[in-house]
Amino acid sequence: MENLNKTPILSLKKLCVSYTPGKFAVNNVSADIYEGLITSVMGPSGCGKSTLIRAINRMHELYPDIRISGNIELKGRDLLHINPSEVRRMAGMVFQRPNPFPTMSIYDNVLAGYKLIGIKQSRHEKDELVESSLKSVGLWDEVKDGLSKRGSFLSGGQQQRLCIARALALKPDILLMDEPTSALDPIATNLIEELLVKLKKEVTIVIVTHNMTQAARISDYSMFMYLGELVEYDRTEIMFTNPSDKRTEEYLTGKFG
Amino acid sequence: MSDKIFRSLLLVSALILLLIFAGMFFSLSKGAVPAFREFGFFGFIFSDKWISGTGQSTEQYGALAFIAGTLMTSILALLICLPFSLPVAFFVGEYFRGKKVAGVLGGIVDLLAGIPSIVYGLWGFYALRPLIQSLGLSEQGFGVLTSSLVLAIMIIPYAASLSAEFIRMVPQELKEGAYSLGATRAEVIRNIIFPTSFSGIFSAYVLALGRAIGETMAVTMLIGNTSRIPRGLMDTGNTMASIIANQFGEADGLKLSSLIAIGLLLFLITAIVNFLGRLMIKRHSV
Repeated sequence: MENLNKTPILSLKKLCVSYTPGKFAVNNVSADIYEGLITSVMGPSGCGKSTLIRAINRMHELYPDIRISGNIELKGRDLLHINPSEVRRMAGMVFQRPNPFPTMSIYDNVLAGYKLIGIKQSRHEKDELVESSLKSVGLWDEVKDGLSKRGSFLSGGQQQRLCIARALALKPDILLMDEPTSALDPIATNLIEELLVKLKKEVTIVIVTHNMTQAARISDYSMFMYLGELVEYDRTEIMFTNPSDKRTEEYLTGKFG
Repeated sequence: MSDKIFRSLLLVSALILLLIFAGMFFSLSKGAVPAFREFGFFGFIFSDKWISGTGQSTEQYGALAFIAGTLMTSILALLICLPFSLPVAFFVGEYFRGKKVAGVLGGIVDLLAGIPSIVYGLWGFYALRPLIQSLGLSEQGFGVLTSSLVLAIMIIPYAASLSAEFIRMVPQELKEGAYSLGATRAEVIRNIIFPTSFSGIFSAYVLALGRAIGETMAVTMLIGNTSRIPRGLMDTGNTMASIIANQFGEADGLKLSSLIAIGLLLFLITAIVNFLGRLMIKRHSV
């Protein structure tokens, strides 16, 4: 087994998230996420895996009844006590369904993180950022002749890569992905998986996935969550060959989930 | 068998409705023929003369003064309604969506839509008109501005609740996408929700305009009933709807035909405006 980088970039300490008082969607989760790696989060529906990553960039604050306790640190900064806008720009997010902004061109979609909050950039800066972001998701050659077209004209897989480019354009420290391929066909899924393996050099990735083979294929570390608890967190190879918890084994062998 | 009966029943009621529509159009057209024959179709539309022909002078009728009155009051009403209805729409449809305060406000706005127009007219006559007088804006208090103010209040609920519907329709995933890039609530509303729902909101205002154009009772009570093109916002005039309401009782012959012709034009204009509005909604939702 190769030696993996073990520099923590994100650490969760005793993280609890609840939608209704006393019932925890995420229950006392503590874990270190390592820099430059892909960490997958697996588990049956309703196990709290989406809730977990949405707590990291504080998307849960959009819904007023959610309570959170514990501690989240990204590069040593306490994410629960700084401006949520800043948190979300440090921790980018890609969603289940591709969501490019339909009123914006491809070009503007890539720059949306700057345009939305009114940051002015020179033409040169913008061109460069658009090109490099689209290149890093392998979309540049496919769209460079139609950058002024609406993003919604692209195929589903292209739209999702555009959304990844949009997140990368902000140069985040970590990229949170919430089942990013569950709405895509196998070919587009494949392309994105290959892309993520390349991207991890630039940005640490945490990916929630329903797809166990996907987790096995691309992730370095895996988490298995069940009923809000982090049951097991280990090297992906170890988790898939020799899980230490019976529930993990049962899930991975398809006995439930 | 019962399915067949049910289907033919549905077909018959649909056909009856269509027949009523066609019959209305036919009788309006028939009644308007003498006026169009006398003055010419375009001659009638583009003449601002409305002379009833007492004594020496000959009768002369044209629709332009009332078309102008209609356009002035309804467009002014739309402009006045905009700064009130749009914030209400965002308040109800996005900012306080799902909260009690939005429900209460939305309910009140819908309630406003249900008030009969004569009540608005009465309120305008006894409350708004004296206010316009006391402000020294006009001597009698009647006129284009007074009518437009009441019209604006009447179309606010319509424009607001329809716009709120389109604002509500903006997918949550788009908003989350914007929030995930660090946008604040105001930035999401301004840069995502408003542009995404814009064509829907626009169509809502076109439909509201359609309502303002056809509104009769309140305007009839407030516009001052003079048959010429209004010379300003404080001037009196008549809209297409109000001239009919004001004069149909004592009209006969060519005058009655002219009123019917105005009715036909009003029918066509509101039909076109409503059709355009609905067309835009259809294209928006595709």
